[in-house]
Amino acid sequence: MSRSDLLIEVRGLRSQFGSHVVHDGLDFEVRRGEIQGIVGGSGSGKSVLLNTILGLKQPDGGEIFFDGFAKSKMRKAERTALERRWGVLFQSGALFSSLTVQENVMVPLREHIKMPVSLMREIADLKIGLSGLPDHAGNKLPSELSGGMKKRAGLARALAMDPDILFLDEPTAGLDPIGASEFDTLILELSKALGLTVVMITHDLDSLHAICDRVAVIADKRIVANEPLSTLTQHSHPWIQEYFGGPRGRAVLRQPQKEG
Amino acid sequence: MATAFAPITTAELITRRDEDKIIVEPRGDWVVETIGRFDSALKRIEDSYEPGNIIIDLTTLGRIDTSGAYLLGRTLSRCGDPDGDWHYIGEHGPARQLMADMRKRLAICPPDVDEGGGLVAVMSRIGRGLESAWNETVDTFAFFGRTVTTFSSIALIPARLRLTATVHLMETTGVNALPIIAVLSFFIGAVVAFMGANLLETFGASIFTVELVGLSVLREFGVLITAILLAGRSDSAFTAAIGSMKMQQEIDAMKVMGLDPYEVLVIPRVVACVIMAPLLTFAAMLTGVIGGALVSWATLDISPTFFITRMQDTIDYTHFLVGMSKAPVFGLVIAIIGCRHGLKVGGDVESLGSRVTTSVVQSIFAVIVIDALFALLYLELDI
Repeated sequence: MSRSDLLIEVRGLRSQFGSHVVHDGLDFEVRRGEIQGIVGGSGSGKSVLLNTILGLKQPDGGEIFFDGFAKSKMRKAERTALERRWGVLFQSGALFSSLTVQENVMVPLREHIKMPVSLMREIADLKIGLSGLPDHAGNKLPSELSGGMKKRAGLARALAMDPDILFLDEPTAGLDPIGASEFDTLILELSKALGLTVVMITHDLDSLHAICDRVAVIADKRIVANEPLSTLTQHSHPWIQEYFGGPRGRAVLRQPQKEG
Repeated sequence: MATAFAPITTAELITRRDEDKIIVEPRGDWVVETIGRFDSALKRIEDSYEPGNIIIDLTTLGRIDTSGAYLLGRTLSRCGDPDGDWHYIGEHGPARQLMADMRKRLAICPPDVDEGGGLVAVMSRIGRGLESAWNETVDTFAFFGRTVTTFSSIALIPARLRLTATVHLMETTGVNALPIIAVLSFFIGAVVAFMGANLLETFGASIFTVELVGLSVLREFGVLITAILLAGRSDSAFTAAIGSMKMQQEIDAMKVMGLDPYEVLVIPRVVACVIMAPLLTFAAMLTGVIGGALVSWATLDISPTFFITRMQDTIDYTHFLVGMSKAPVFGLVIAIIGCRHGLKVGGDVESLGSRVTTSVVQSIFAVIVIDALFALLYLELDI
């Protein structure tokens, strides 16, 4: 593994809220072009890790590298350039409630790119179609959408700028199994077609099994393992054993493994 | 594979004619950042050439993303067989696959129906406004009725009144509002005294400043200042608190557990407001009179003792009662409007914001209208 394979590196991350330490000396890396899953118990700091990578929370120690560049040393212009290269899907979609779905998808285009509004609309329609929403959804306000549709609309907005990196926070939580597996297929297809690197927090064992190239486990305030699911299940850490050894975990692992 | 900092080379669009065919040659990186300016050129080509005569040369194409693939593929969208090999020259890794995918995935969103301008639209807007104003009024009275029935049923079994919540609300709406109301009323009293002193001095009747301050503060300002501040402070808090509970489905949770939201949320607020409004009004009257007395002392040399003696001699006790009689009514109206709008909040943040605004505007409006009605009533009664 050469160093340039690593798109994101987190080194020695420390996060704390008051006296409560969430991460202590956490190391984490994401390889280019892979779908990286993150799992961990409730309150283990998965979302905090994601927020820190995204810059929504300042790390209390340690450094984050993108493509080998330290995030804390980036100038503002570089940071903006970086932010344009990623798309984020928040847990509940985080759509702007006063805008329709189509306008939501157009927001990053309007802000960052010079192009005719008619083309922006067409591109927004394209992303809405890509995310698997029906065509009449574009005119709806977020309050008129179901939870699953909000997620898809959020994904459409995350894809608006054709990002290289896609961050997904529990993308399949709250979806029915059919919707969830459709969503998994969609992400797999998109990542293959567009060469995306995907970082996803998930509790969905089926998604881990179906699409993740590598799964990182957060426990004891750090990443205890980051490897493909097939070898991860053999890991000796008690939390991992419990996670994959439980009835749900065993049911998923009986299915044939994802190729590659 | 692109890196996070891959420099994007500029894109170009070359077109060349070959007999009756047109060859479109995209060069460089066709990604979302670069393609904006080719929109109209490609649209012209799409419109002015037979779709069968359009050929895309992919030889010099660099990177391509979904937006680029869409724009390029759009040129052939009228064609029966857009994926036919004869449409393309050269090979490019993902481009053709991506273009075909994008064509399939496009979800054309029907444009919003515009209702048009002109007189009809203006009239229909006025009509809708009037209708909603009427509906709001009816709804407020319905809410008032519901509150009264709930209150009567609680009055039969007083143990059902949420005492802790009521006392807590009395503190937040009443005690916590006391300083600001007292200070504001003090200044209003002082301003009235100032204006009166200046004006009345020209008639040599500056002693009447006492009557002016006494009458205006006791009858109107004390209670109005209190009501307007309650409307701005507590009414908005009621709407926001109940509204966000509504958004989080807390109200639904109460209903399915057999709790009546009117009993749990509305009645304590109404009771708190109705009790606290007169008390706050009394405080406002006190500080208003003190403000007036201090200004009179400073500018007119009317000593506070004399001010109070004259007030007792010339201003009838009923003026105080007139002011106090309005306070519970204002408190009731403010609490009811605040709670009603809170329960009307829908599922989104937008409606919370607009409901809080409407609620404050409506309650201030209602306070002033009711004050005018009271003035008419007392005028007729000669009080």
